[in-house]
Amino acid sequence: MTTVDMTPVTEKGAPTNPRRRVYRPNAKYIPIIATLSLLMIMYSSGVANYENFGDPSVFVNLFRDNAVLLVVAVGMTFVILTGGIDLSVGAVISLTTVLTATLLKGGWPPLVVLPTVLALGALIGAGQGAVIHFFKVEPFIATLAGLFLARGTALTINQESIPIRDEMWKAISEYRIVLAEGVVTKPIAVVALLAVLIAAVTLAWTRFGRNVYAIGGNADSALLMGLPVGRTKIAVYTLSGFCAALGGVLFSINSTSGWALQGNGLELDAIAACVIGGVLLTGGSGYVWGTLLGVLVTGLIQTIINFQGDLNSAWTRIIVGVLLFAFIVLQRLVTRKAR
Amino acid sequence: MGEQSPVLEMTGIRKVFPGVVALDGVDFRMFPGEVHALMGENGAGKSTLIKTLTGVYEIDGGEIRLGGVPVRISGPLQAQQAGVSTVYQEVNLCTNLSVAENIFIGREPRRFGKIQWGRMRRRAAELLARLDLDLDVSAPLSSYSLAIQQMVAIARAVDVEARVLILDEPTSSLDASEVEQLFRVMRQLKESGVAILFVSHFLDQIYEVSDRLTVLRNGQLIGEHRVEELSQVQLVEKMIGKELAALEDVEDKAQRNRERAAEATPVVEARGLGRTGAIAPYDLTIHEGEVVGLAGLLGSGRTELARLLFGADKADHGELTVSGKPVNLRNPQVAMKKGIAFSSENRRTEGIIGDLTVRENIILALQAARGWTRPIPRKKQDEIVDKYIKALQIRPADPERPVRNLSGGNQQKVLLARWLITEPKLLIIDEPTRGIDVGAKAEIQRLVAELSDGGMAVLFVSAELEEVLRLSHKIGVLRDRRLIEELENTAGVDADRIMQTIASGATS
Repeated sequence: MTTVDMTPVTEKGAPTNPRRRVYRPNAKYIPIIATLSLLMIMYSSGVANYENFGDPSVFVNLFRDNAVLLVVAVGMTFVILTGGIDLSVGAVISLTTVLTATLLKGGWPPLVVLPTVLALGALIGAGQGAVIHFFKVEPFIATLAGLFLARGTALTINQESIPIRDEMWKAISEYRIVLAEGVVTKPIAVVALLAVLIAAVTLAWTRFGRNVYAIGGNADSALLMGLPVGRTKIAVYTLSGFCAALGGVLFSINSTSGWALQGNGLELDAIAACVIGGVLLTGGSGYVWGTLLGVLVTGLIQTIINFQGDLNSAWTRIIVGVLLFAFIVLQRLVTRKAR
Repeated sequence: MGEQSPVLEMTGIRKVFPGVVALDGVDFRMFPGEVHALMGENGAGKSTLIKTLTGVYEIDGGEIRLGGVPVRISGPLQAQQAGVSTVYQEVNLCTNLSVAENIFIGREPRRFGKIQWGRMRRRAAELLARLDLDLDVSAPLSSYSLAIQQMVAIARAVDVEARVLILDEPTSSLDASEVEQLFRVMRQLKESGVAILFVSHFLDQIYEVSDRLTVLRNGQLIGEHRVEELSQVQLVEKMIGKELAALEDVEDKAQRNRERAAEATPVVEARGLGRTGAIAPYDLTIHEGEVVGLAGLLGSGRTELARLLFGADKADHGELTVSGKPVNLRNPQVAMKKGIAFSSENRRTEGIIGDLTVRENIILALQAARGWTRPIPRKKQDEIVDKYIKALQIRPADPERPVRNLSGGNQQKVLLARWLITEPKLLIIDEPTRGIDVGAKAEIQRLVAELSDGGMAVLFVSAELEEVLRLSHKIGVLRDRRLIEELENTAGVDADRIMQTIASGATS
């Protein structure tokens, strides 16, 4: 019996005992660690520089203010993990808010409106997924078409902002959850965090979740390994559509209105949050916790700029742009090292 | 083994692609606990037969029986469920996932729908231990070498309760000790009753590990034999359908030309040409009608030396003269203008454009040399292309077929044809025969000999010493990125002599 040299090839010049590997962060965790460090640095510098920044409500409010983005980014994470992209989510949000407001205005019971709009979002996603899978259309193109379709439909229904006067919507909107003395949050933040939790469990512990990673790693291999590639792809876009619709519902609750220009460009914010959170755009690597961190980073930038007071909010975009560049370069370096 | 009943029986298998009959009534059978080699040249129908068995292609006629029961295999998943597992030439796993996951994905142990990671890792470790592998099963697959990845692929295939295991050229990227390890695993599986279908271009490996072999040629069954009943020479003759004498002929020709070549005019002369970190400065002269072979181990700088002569890398010292004039090869375009052609070793990534047709691929370099503003008339194109398809025996002889549908050896010939029609003075060929079969190899060797007869200078880079010895007038030996010796290929020079030079590193 011979033994082969089984030292992992990444260990250059290290001792050749395969069992005793020196601890070093696994390459796939590096981006997420970087994001976490960035978040902590930003937060502590905020606390150091601005009065009241250290107040717990500042941090807690991040979840409330970014609930919609978070939900949408969770769906986007699944899509990007398979190596795809979903540009339609912002438009699906606007369609959902408009439809919700219109239906409620027309007297539909809220408990019928809610499942209807959620199902519609999922259906739009499923349609896009089917086009991508069956006709081998690039996700970019298929979801771009979805974007125009959804936005156009929303504008056709109503171009004005429609107020929502439904009791249930208003009740949820005004409901406050007291976490501690002077620290309150809204139900939409809880929904968003639940979405993160469910997504994390799904990705780590279910076959569907692992198939998502496998497809992103190598779709051809996944097919040859007998994995349900087509089904998983369609499911991922369905999920993203559903998350977008849920985001739209949260939006309509938060603003108690529906407007066709709502959520404009939100798909790009969601993609940016995923990338900053370390989800690889080529697929197969990343975590939904990373996406959460990415959303918090973008939210914190906005908060800092608000505290600064004399800065235009356009600076948020500029800083997010710089961070995106930095993180994409970081991903490049990490993946190249792993080769 | 005896004449027990076969686990797999394929009878009268027929598969037709537009314009070609890929399989024409092929019979194939396998018994439990045997290693069965499927032999044939590139394009003989091996891959097609395997793909009908793995469900990638559906058969147009015939019958497949597994364990005596007729089956219809409609996809990779169905094949797996029927007990047919495949490990492909390129490892088809997801390197971003862990070792354990790659073995179990799609079949993870679960409880209440939740994957039991601990159990999965334990079972993976057990399974790998059975194959004598001790890996960290939670490490990503990408942290292991290709050979280990291949073993993991086999572990996965075996765990699917495989009755038939297909290994499609598993050894092409493994080194000798890794091949030994693979064979040990194969023998172990064989003893447990698995029928293994083995495809390899290396005849020695076939003879070392197989019990029985089936030969295909042009989509037809040539015969099924027990390995010990058939000599290697007989096998090759069955595969290519002609006598081996053709190969011997090449050698004689090369011998005949040796004297003549030495007196011809030099095409390129390199003086102290080198590039820091890639290849130490070297002197090399290649004459008209001369074949210069480069020998050396993998990574000894063979390709690096050749790339300087084509301007693919820029030399940082020394000088180069082409046809007596000093030149500065800033980039390949300059080299091409000077009549230097380079046929690269990576035909897939650097040479062949799979979606273009044979004709378009062949005409590419000539058109580039003329400039895109002066298109070559279609009639002229057809003429040239027909001529080279005939001369190089490119099969199928259809200029309008996309190149990706051709076998490896034929793609290589298309690539050669592309450079030949530019009528270069110096043709550099890097590993032209890697991964192609015996018949195509002989044809490419014959072609190189003919070209040099016609006055072309050839720089021939190959990992196979025999090939270099057979064709070259002069042999440059490389070691550690240095050209250590230049040998006239006279009667006394053989593989041992070159191996000694490489081993000792001395310039004698």
